Amino acid sequence: MAQSKDEVLAGLATLVNDETGVPVESVVFGKSFADDLDIDSISMMTIVVNAEEEFGVKIPDDKVTELKTVDDAVNYIVSAQG
Amino acid sequence: MTTIVVTGIGATSCLGGNARDTWDALLRGESGIRPLTEEWVQQHELPVTFAGRVKVPAAEVLERIEIKRLDPSAQLAVIAAREAWADAGEPDDPKERILVDFATGIGGLGTLLDAWDVMKEKGARRVLPMTIPMLMPNAAAAAISMDLKTRGGARTCVSACASGTESIANAVDHLRAGIADVVICGGTESVIHPLPIAAFAAMHALSTRNDDPARASRPYDKDRDGFVLGEGAAVLILETKEHAEARGAKIYAEIAGGSVSSDAHHITAPDPEGNGAARAVVDALTNAGLTPDDVNYINAHATSTPVGDIAEYTALHKVFGDRIHEVPVSATKSSTGHLLGGTGALEAIFTVLSAQEKIAPPTLNLDNQDEAIPLNVVVEPTTLPDNVIALSNSFGFGGHNAVIVVRSV
Repeated sequence: MAQSKDEVLAGLATLVNDETGVPVESVVFGKSFADDLDIDSISMMTIVVNAEEEFGVKIPDDKVTELKTVDDAVNYIVSAQG
Repeated sequence: MTTIVVTGIGATSCLGGNARDTWDALLRGESGIRPLTEEWVQQHELPVTFAGRVKVPAAEVLERIEIKRLDPSAQLAVIAAREAWADAGEPDDPKERILVDFATGIGGLGTLLDAWDVMKEKGARRVLPMTIPMLMPNAAAAAISMDLKTRGGARTCVSACASGTESIANAVDHLRAGIADVVICGGTESVIHPLPIAAFAAMHALSTRNDDPARASRPYDKDRDGFVLGEGAAVLILETKEHAEARGAKIYAEIAGGSVSSDAHHITAPDPEGNGAARAVVDALTNAGLTPDDVNYINAHATSTPVGDIAEYTALHKVFGDRIHEVPVSATKSSTGHLLGGTGALEAIFTVLSAQEKIAPPTLNLDNQDEAIPLNVVVEPTTLPDNVIALSNSFGFGGHNAVIVVRSV
C-alpha cells in the first residue's frame, strides 16, 4: 500500500543517514544527492538496494541514474508502491 | 648499513584497546581468552567455544559509518594505525614518501560470508555494492592509506601466520632501498566466525579446552592441544634512524634486520627438521650484521600446537646449538591467542617494548614443560640485559618463515 510522500521522505532520510552520515534534517525536497548532499555513486547504489527492501519496490538500474534529487526518489518510490 | 627504527606503535587486542594497555596486561600475566557468547556457537554446535576477541570493540572507537564501510579486520587496522601514527607524532613528510606495507592472513572473510548469507536468503539484488571493496584482501592496507592519506603505495603482505612479521621485514627493505621515508607496517585479522572456527577445528589445529579457556593456550606445555584463535591489529611506524633524529621523533628500538624463507615441505606442517625456519633466523641475523651468538632474547612463534612448538625448537637448536637452552624465550600467544595475519606485528611490538624496557613478558600456563623442548621459557616478567638483541619469529601454513631482529637503541 502506498505511503505518503512525507513518510517515504522520512524513511529515505533515515536510509541516507544510515549509509552516509548525512544528517536526517538535510535530506529534504529540493536537494540533489550528488551536488547538495555530496553522496557518491557507490553510496547511492547502496541506498537504492536498501530502499528496495525498505519500501517494497523495485528500482531498475537504468532508473537509478534518473533519480538525481530527493524529489525524484520520493516520487518514484510512491508511484512504484502504487 | 642503514639503521631502521620504530617511532610509533598502535594495537588493539584481547588484552587491551591500545598498545600500552595490551603491553601492561601482558606483563601482569593476564589472559585475553574468553568463552564466546554469540548464539552461533550453539547453533552450529562448534567444537571450540572460546577465542580472543578484542577487548574494546571497534564500534566503541570508530564512527558508525566507518564500521559500515569496513570489514572488521580493516576496522581494527584503522584503529591501530591511527594510534601508531599519532604516537609517531604524525610525520609531515610528503605523502608520496609514506608507504604502507600491511598484512592480513585471511582478510575480509566476515564480509564475504555475510554477503553470501544475504544472497542465499534474499537474492542477488540485495547484495550490497560495498561488498567487494570490503572483502578484498587489500582492504586494510587501502583503508590505512586512505585514512592517513599516504601515497607511497599500499602493499598487502599475505603469508598466513607469518604475514605480520613479513610486513616488517618488507618495511626494512623499502627503507633501505630508499623508496620511502616512513613506512606504516603491521598486520590485522578478525575471523572469529563459525566457518573459520569449524575449518581450523576440522584440521585439529585448535585447542578444545572449552571448560578452561584462559588456560588453553599453553605453548611448550606437555598438555598443549592446539592454538587459540585471536583477533586484533598491530601497527608499527618505521623510518631510518637519521630521519627519526632529524625530526626529533622518539625512538623505541631498532629493527636491525629481517628475512623470509619458505620450507617447500608441506602445506600445513612445518618441516620437522626446521631447515627453512633456521635459515630465516640465520639470514635475518646476517641481514642485521649480527650472528647467533649475539641473540639474548626470543619472542617465539610458539602457537601451542603439539607439532609447531617442537618444530620451532628444532630450528632454534639447529641455529644456536645447546646455547639455546640459556636464551630467555617468551611465548606470548599464551596470553593473546593467535592473531594469524596480525600476530607477527603484535609480537613485534612486544619485542620492541622488551628491547626498550629491558623486560621479557611471561608465558602463561606452563605447568609441565614438554621435556622434548628444554627452552629457557620466561614465566615471570624477567629483566633483560641493557643491550637486547632479540628475534621475533613467525611461521605460516604454506611453509612461510619470517624472522625479524630487534635491538635496543
